[in-house]
Amino acid sequence: MKVTELFKEGKFVVSAEVGPPKGIHVEELIEEAKKYLSNVDAINVTDNQSSVMRLGSLAMCKVLKDNGFNPIFQLTCRDRNRIALESDLLSAAMLGIDNVLALTGDYTKLGDHPGAKPVFDLDSVSLLYTMGLLEQGKDLGGQDLIGEPPTFAKGAVVSPCSDSLDAQLVKMEREIKAGAQFFQTQAIFDSEKYIKFYERAKEFGVPIQLGIIVPKNAGMCNYMNNNVAGISIPASIIDELKADKERTKAGITGTEIAARIIRECKDYCQGVHIMTLGWESKIPSLLEQAGL
Amino acid sequence: MLITQLKAKESIDALVNGKAFIINCFGCKEVHFPEQEAISLQKEMADAGRVTGTLTMDYICNPDNLKLHTDNFKAEIDAADIILVFACGVGVQTVSDLFADKKVYAACDTYRLPGYQGVTPQLFDCDQCGMCFLNGTGGICPLTACSKGLVNGQCGGAKNGMCEVDPEMECGWERIQKRLTALCRIDVLKNLPVQIRDYSTDDATKECKETE
Repeated sequence: MKVTELFKEGKFVVSAEVGPPKGIHVEELIEEAKKYLSNVDAINVTDNQSSVMRLGSLAMCKVLKDNGFNPIFQLTCRDRNRIALESDLLSAAMLGIDNVLALTGDYTKLGDHPGAKPVFDLDSVSLLYTMGLLEQGKDLGGQDLIGEPPTFAKGAVVSPCSDSLDAQLVKMEREIKAGAQFFQTQAIFDSEKYIKFYERAKEFGVPIQLGIIVPKNAGMCNYMNNNVAGISIPASIIDELKADKERTKAGITGTEIAARIIRECKDYCQGVHIMTLGWESKIPSLLEQAGL
Repeated sequence: MLITQLKAKESIDALVNGKAFIINCFGCKEVHFPEQEAISLQKEMADAGRVTGTLTMDYICNPDNLKLHTDNFKAEIDAADIILVFACGVGVQTVSDLFADKKVYAACDTYRLPGYQGVTPQLFDCDQCGMCFLNGTGGICPLTACSKGLVNGQCGGAKNGMCEVDPEMECGWERIQKRLTALCRIDVLKNLPVQIRDYSTDDATKECKETE
């Protein structure tokens, strides 16, 4: 089901994210999803996240769909040229996967195949535009598709706490003009910064899902602050995680922090997107504490 | 080596809103520069009263040399609404950098020609893509200033304004954003149609080789 339908109904859309394994066995992932993700509206499947080669996003989306979940196909421009991107979009539609999140993709050098050729033939903006063309029964080469054209719920991402916020907003506007119908944000730890972003972005009138990561410990926060673009974790949160190591280790403190951020931002977004980083098990209590 | 070709007359006309100061670079003309076409177009513009002055020189890609020559045309440049550059992408970027508060436009597209790349100073780089993007990006090339060569805006990877691939390099799209904001031209980028690079530009290269 298209997430855009849910937004239209005025639903506060909750999605989570899973990363396919580096291998061909997905039973464990499906079991985890059945256990912890049965209450979310949609599940993103990452596409060779952080440029680390794994099982394909599209195949994993199909397995999730067959198991009753509503997948969002993350599609990056790093590894495929325009022919492959269009072909994968058609494949997705043929398999009934109609939520697509268009991403430019991390650079190849950051992953586990640093010598790979970075493609970037298209980017998130031109990929969204291409999806719109396919919906009209045309491809980028100007040829007609045969039969009923596909339709997609077209998503994109934005980084509200980026120190290049102006450039992010221009890109967001270009993505909307190119057809983006919903946005998921980079993980938010600073509600105030996020709300300031929202005050500027709300004029676009496109639904935004607040990105959430449950922080695991102070070390992880420091690492993300130093190395991950668009992440800004206030010192007060890091102190909270340092205070009681046992509660932090058990995920109690992190879940409380994430739930608090959701509560603080709930009136300034149309949904949340939870990036679990292996902590799928925290999702039920996170949603409960956040009042979702 | 490289080839420059004039952009379509209509697209050059669309750039010149008001009066232009023209800079020609004949530094690499031994390779291929459309001198006759450029001169006749410029004459047409001058006859229509749309030119404040013309500077023709070699190697505008050398910033010191460029400054020395343009200093002699201060009044003409001040009187112009835009600077129109007939040169390769490196030349246009050098002029944009020297006149950061002025609208600087490329009148040519630069195509690749394999072989010796000449004595161009490497302060700026031109990817010789054959579809110069500089007119929509404030004279900063998104192909060479962005590690991913993105043509539609910034990715999510900039940290403290620096590139995720090379933390020593300022994010090219951050530079473009700042330049266009300073020029009050950010709307140009917002309204620019979706950009898609055409990789099939080797026809121009082939054609040029055949006429050699």
